[in-house]
Amino acid sequence: MTVRDGLIGVVCLAGVALLAGLPFVVADYGLSLAINIMSYTVLATAWSLFSGPTRYVSLATVAFFGIGAYTTAVFVEALAWPLVLLIAMAVGSVVASLVGLATLRLSGVYFVIFSFGLAELVRQLVTWFEVNKTRTLGRYVFADITAAQIYWQLLALAVLVFAIGFLIGRSRLGLALRAIGDDETVARHSGIDVTRAKVALFVLSTVFMTLTGAIMAPRWTYIDPAIAFNPVVSFTVLIMALLGGVHRLYGPVLGVVPLALLFEYLLARFPNHFSIMVGLVFIVIVYLIPRGVVGLVEDTVRQRTAAKGAA
Amino acid sequence: MLLEVTLSGATLGGMYALVALGLTLQYGVARIMNLSYGELLVAAAFAALWFYTGVAVSPLVGLIVVPPLAFALSFGIYRVLLQPLVRRAKTRDALEVDSILATFGLLFVIQGVMLAIFGGAYFSYSFLAVPLQIAGATVAANRLLALVLAVVIGVGLYLGLTRTRIGTAVRAVAVDPVAAELVAIDVRTASALAFALGGALVAASGVLVSMFLTFNANLGVVFTLKALVVVIMGGVGNLLGALIAGLLLGLVENYVAVFVDPGLTLAATYAIFLIVLLVRPQGILGRASR
Repeated sequence: MTVRDGLIGVVCLAGVALLAGLPFVVADYGLSLAINIMSYTVLATAWSLFSGPTRYVSLATVAFFGIGAYTTAVFVEALAWPLVLLIAMAVGSVVASLVGLATLRLSGVYFVIFSFGLAELVRQLVTWFEVNKTRTLGRYVFADITAAQIYWQLLALAVLVFAIGFLIGRSRLGLALRAIGDDETVARHSGIDVTRAKVALFVLSTVFMTLTGAIMAPRWTYIDPAIAFNPVVSFTVLIMALLGGVHRLYGPVLGVVPLALLFEYLLARFPNHFSIMVGLVFIVIVYLIPRGVVGLVEDTVRQRTAAKGAA
Repeated sequence: MLLEVTLSGATLGGMYALVALGLTLQYGVARIMNLSYGELLVAAAFAALWFYTGVAVSPLVGLIVVPPLAFALSFGIYRVLLQPLVRRAKTRDALEVDSILATFGLLFVIQGVMLAIFGGAYFSYSFLAVPLQIAGATVAANRLLALVLAVVIGVGLYLGLTRTRIGTAVRAVAVDPVAAELVAIDVRTASALAFALGGALVAASGVLVSMFLTFNANLGVVFTLKALVVVIMGGVGNLLGALIAGLLLGLVENYVAVFVDPGLTLAATYAIFLIVLLVRPQGILGRASR
């Protein structure tokens, strides 16, 4: 470990400590904005954990987010909170393993298509179950959890997702995934169990999404399938991650913060035309900054140094 | 009872097959994975609704007017929005990812426009809603008409693609774009044509669907998904495969809706999709390559 690494570590710790103190200084609106940003930070970082190196576009974020939220709604009054989170994790990973094992053996496009409809499928199944078995649609979430506590849990989750992302980047699994992203055939020929690596990472990334949903559920007090499985969430996460840049661990955050603020403004200003605006923002990003803000900065720096070297 | 369910399942399946034919043109030939595909179907359904209730023009006239408009619109979308991506993409996989992302954005734009105009409510209109007796079974006249028209359009497309020069060129691009270029086929124009033709087909399906189904602004995603499943099931770029797979999906869905539970139709779709992925990922009539 060099002095520079140590410094970065100290700065990160100080940053986390500062963020943890936030609920003591800001008012309610500020806190709800912070919760929003923090939850999208976890979601977008978890998304790019899998989709960054493998280049498999997952459109199913909200399927897992919703599974988490629903688990909370069902169990929060009966069980202790850590137990609820454990159940959410278990359900999310079972679904993710099934989806992964069925689709990740094949070329990427099958996975995209499957993930495209997964949220809708889970939503219809939950609706069907609630209507036919429990005879209620929509549930109240009464939990003794304050906004500040939700914020701290999300912060802890964010620290965890960054730590795990950092460790994966330095592990054999991380190397295997980068090889898969570059050329899957080559990766397979150099002895990597391609499917297992992909499924493992997919499950890991969805666990974070499920937990985020479970933690966020008490914010709503009332949820029904349409709220929990709102496709706009998948879409938002995708844009944020792409704007930031998915090939660096810290990339997605750089997309989350500006877009969360922009969407907050758009939602207040144009509530009825929100999805048009978001769609347009997204198209602009895909065309103008395909490698994200991080990629843009890196390319500029490289061009500068190349120009200097030539001169 | 069984016959009735089979008949109405066949009409639904005919629609799915027609919708999937357009998508297999867009994906198989133009190599664009178009996630906003179903939105055009819903837009066409709204156009037919407006024609019928707004200016009292029959949906059959709508069937002549709407598809050419959709053709022009899709052609424009391809030229303006998608061709830059085609030019930028280094590999086919890169284009696939880019087109998925761009059309995903487009999906929300089109859906947002329709939500702003029509809201989230369900719409339908009553056109030829009279019962007909066929071999002892009752079927609605509008459904039967839609099925017949779907068959006519499908056969016309098949003949056009197999018996004309342009159609042969389009199929050649589907098989191998590089080789097609070598035998002096203008791949760019053929791709744009195939994409636009796909748009016209889905618009025609939208008009037909609006005659017998209730629809709302959020329904596009479901149709896109079903079209994708049918295309994969039939084998990408395979017209006959899409036809068989579409009919199969419509029948299964209708059986499940009637005999099991209408809330589980999408689950049935997914179950079929899973079986295909596990047993025969190249599709019913597809060749094992790629």
